[in-house]
Amino acid sequence: MNAHTATHPHNRAVTLLRLILLASLLAAWEILAQSGWLYRDVVPSLLSIGCALASLLSSPDYYFHLSVTVLEIAGALAIGGTIGVLTGLVLGANPFAGRAIEPYIYYLGPTPKIIFFPIMIMWFGVGPGSKIAMGAVSCFFPIALSVAAGMRQIDPVLIRVGRSFRAQAWQMAWKIYLPAMRHPILNGVRLGLGIAIIGTLLAETKLSNRGIGHLIMRAYSVFDMPKMYALLIILFALAIGANAIVGRIGGLDTIRRS
Amino acid sequence: MNAAAAMMLRSVPAAVGLALFLGLAGVAEILLRFGVLNRFVVPPPSDIAASFGRLFAEEHLLTRFLATSQECLYAMVLLAIIGVAAGTALQQMPLLRRACETWIASLASAPIVLMYPLFLVIFGRSNATIIVMGVIAGLPPVILKTVEGLSGTRKVLLDVGRSFSLTRRQMFLKIMLPAALPTIFVGLRLGLIFSLINIVGVEFLINFGGLGQLINDLAERYDLPGMYATIVFVILVSVLFFLATERLERWVGRA
Repeated sequence: MNAHTATHPHNRAVTLLRLILLASLLAAWEILAQSGWLYRDVVPSLLSIGCALASLLSSPDYYFHLSVTVLEIAGALAIGGTIGVLTGLVLGANPFAGRAIEPYIYYLGPTPKIIFFPIMIMWFGVGPGSKIAMGAVSCFFPIALSVAAGMRQIDPVLIRVGRSFRAQAWQMAWKIYLPAMRHPILNGVRLGLGIAIIGTLLAETKLSNRGIGHLIMRAYSVFDMPKMYALLIILFALAIGANAIVGRIGGLDTIRRS
Repeated sequence: MNAAAAMMLRSVPAAVGLALFLGLAGVAEILLRFGVLNRFVVPPPSDIAASFGRLFAEEHLLTRFLATSQECLYAMVLLAIIGVAAGTALQQMPLLRRACETWIASLASAPIVLMYPLFLVIFGRSNATIIVMGVIAGLPPVILKTVEGLSGTRKVLLDVGRSFSLTRRQMFLKIMLPAALPTIFVGLRLGLIFSLINIVGVEFLINFGGLGQLINDLAERYDLPGMYATIVFVILVSVLFFLATERLERWVGRA
């Protein structure tokens, strides 16, 4: 993180410590697995998790389920994100609408969206439709709030500059608003992406016949713990990776900017 | 302009928002009455409002609400103890902090709630699973904000402590912790929001405990008005919760 301020040997110490931490974590896990202090199935040995991971990654079945989930999440982000950005723009540009409607979004934001899942099933059926709806509803809130807040934080000087150059409406939008809004929009999308992933996958674990969430529940129901760990590892890697990519695109470094 | 008029003027947008909400409910009601919308998908708002009494009497809504609140309370206490302790440890050991801080930050963006089948295996379908899920989901922001708050202590304050030649322990308890409290509370509030989401979510998913289970039950019985009414109640709980933490934060900030 603070690469420019840190001296070189210090960095090496950090890397060393990280490796030691990781190694001791894995060693502790393996000891726990071999000793049988906990139920054997709850803490399977690293080897069996590795095998499960390998067999999972080499099975075509897994890629089918992965593609289903990825498409659902992409659909959710596209729908929820578009509506969220538009809502945020309207609320941010119009103070009256913002003060009338934003409190509802603000307070609905921290409710667990998964409780709307039965309604989504009623509206969109038991297929991918209800999962997409679930993800879209989940990611709408952080995106709308982030865009609305970003809209209000645009430096008024920039807008005055645009006006004094007599920029047309589309020029204002394209050359002033959008560049100034890049951070809040991307930050909202990043928050929304994480939440869309959670919403979609939780809906899949509740009721579905395809997707990664379905695979996790199937592994749970037959107590195939190594496979469950393998799926969770893949899922975490994908979620953290996707988050890092969006963050890198936006030039955001840590979550502290959110 | 006098104060009363200013207050009236300030409450106009809120009133419009409320009117909009009630208007939408009214439109839905009319459309349902005329059969434009399907009442097997959207129950009439009047039915939803009417089902509250039934829910309190037959489904023990209050007991379930208290069950969920109790889980939240336990999770909150554990969250505060573990999170602040871990954050303090990280802050006191700079090397460890540099090694772990980015890991914790990326953990905050990971879908931790998806680990619930794992805890289902370890603890079974019980309160323990729900509380543990709530605590784990809320930990990263508490830890990160504790570290941030403790390291952000103003240098003047530290110098005052040094000039009184305080021990490390006194320095921490008398200067750094009080100075960091507002930031720690921001973290706790964020963490609590994640906790609440996960607690009700897991209740719904594993069909156990308080309000989440009730929604699941009602959905399975196809009791639509009851389900919508319970959802309204969950939203109410999370709004109350949110307001309470806001109030708490302001109160601590002043103290």
